[in-house]
Amino acid sequence: MSLVSEGAEFAGEVQRKLASAPREPSLATVGDYFALMKPRVMSLVVFTGFVGLMVAPLHIHPVLGFTALLCIAVGAGAAGALNMWYDADIDAMMRRTSRRPIPQGRIAQGEAFAFGMVLAAFSVAVLGLLVSWAAAALLAFTIFFYVVVYTVWLKRSTPQNIVIGGAAGAFPPMIGWAAATGGLSVEPCLLFLITFFWTPPHFWALSLNHTDEYARAGVPMLPVVAGAAETRRQVLRYSIALVPVGAAPWFLGYADMVYGMTALSAGTLMVVLAQRLRKAPEGRGAQRAAQQLFAFSILYLFVVFAVLLVESGLRGFTGAAR
Amino acid sequence: MRTDVAKGEKPQWIVLTEEQRRARRARSIAIALALGALVILFYIVTLVKGPAVLNRPL
Repeated sequence: MSLVSEGAEFAGEVQRKLASAPREPSLATVGDYFALMKPRVMSLVVFTGFVGLMVAPLHIHPVLGFTALLCIAVGAGAAGALNMWYDADIDAMMRRTSRRPIPQGRIAQGEAFAFGMVLAAFSVAVLGLLVSWAAAALLAFTIFFYVVVYTVWLKRSTPQNIVIGGAAGAFPPMIGWAAATGGLSVEPCLLFLITFFWTPPHFWALSLNHTDEYARAGVPMLPVVAGAAETRRQVLRYSIALVPVGAAPWFLGYADMVYGMTALSAGTLMVVLAQRLRKAPEGRGAQRAAQQLFAFSILYLFVVFAVLLVESGLRGFTGAAR
Repeated sequence: MRTDVAKGEKPQWIVLTEEQRRARRARSIAIALALGALVILFYIVTLVKGPAVLNRPL
């Protein structure tokens, strides 16, 4: 029996225990429910959604812009809560996630499901009613993609889970753009592609240091299924692909040279770190290289999107045409 | 809170502890604040959009 299927069986056992645990009246605090919304992921989603909203050619009223961002944040929180509802069994078996409210017994799985569904319905309905139905449809699709396609289907069935599932995290700039313009065009698709190609090196760098935990939980992450060496090769390939994709808004004339140079330098630095990870000796060296790449990948996405935001702000301020 | 139980008799319903009651109160307040914020948001957006609030093109 493989390590992954043994882990999956164990995960099933944990799931049965979680479901049959006797329930006392809830002690869950507001903070526990906030934790269900994955606030750290939510902050990145709000930031990229904000950039999509601001770089759009049509200006949106600040109140409507705030409403759109609030709905994107709540929708992301809903997806996070539904993810924690479904993944409670594997969360309980991993050090990184074992302190979440459901494995800790502070919130019941059913409560998390209800919370996530209510937030999802409210965020989509409010975005549609107050801002744009196109943006609302995209938000609904994003939540569906993250919960059903990634969490329920891909995560436990293929090592390509985070490659395809990464699309869910890449949609927010498109939602922001659609909220401002009521439609889509090439630019938000480029922002989507940047986050899409960024996700595999980012997530695999993290999972390389948690391989044993993923195996125990029965999650077929690439390092578990194909080994660390193959994962590092894939990390390098995606990092190389990210360099031209990151600079594409400049190549295609949607951004200025400052953005282009920033994206190219940050992308090159990411490739250097990925190459260092590939060459690192097993053990502490590889662990440190993976941590460095993971930390830098967060900075990469922040810097690239922030420069786009500043450039667009300056253009709006000086009234310069693109 | 129900008080119709004879002294020394174990109540047949769930009696919340002080901690559980505090947690429930905090959750109830959070729900009330969220609903209040939603009402205010709809009110402000109605002011911002004016009559166009009924116009919701795709």
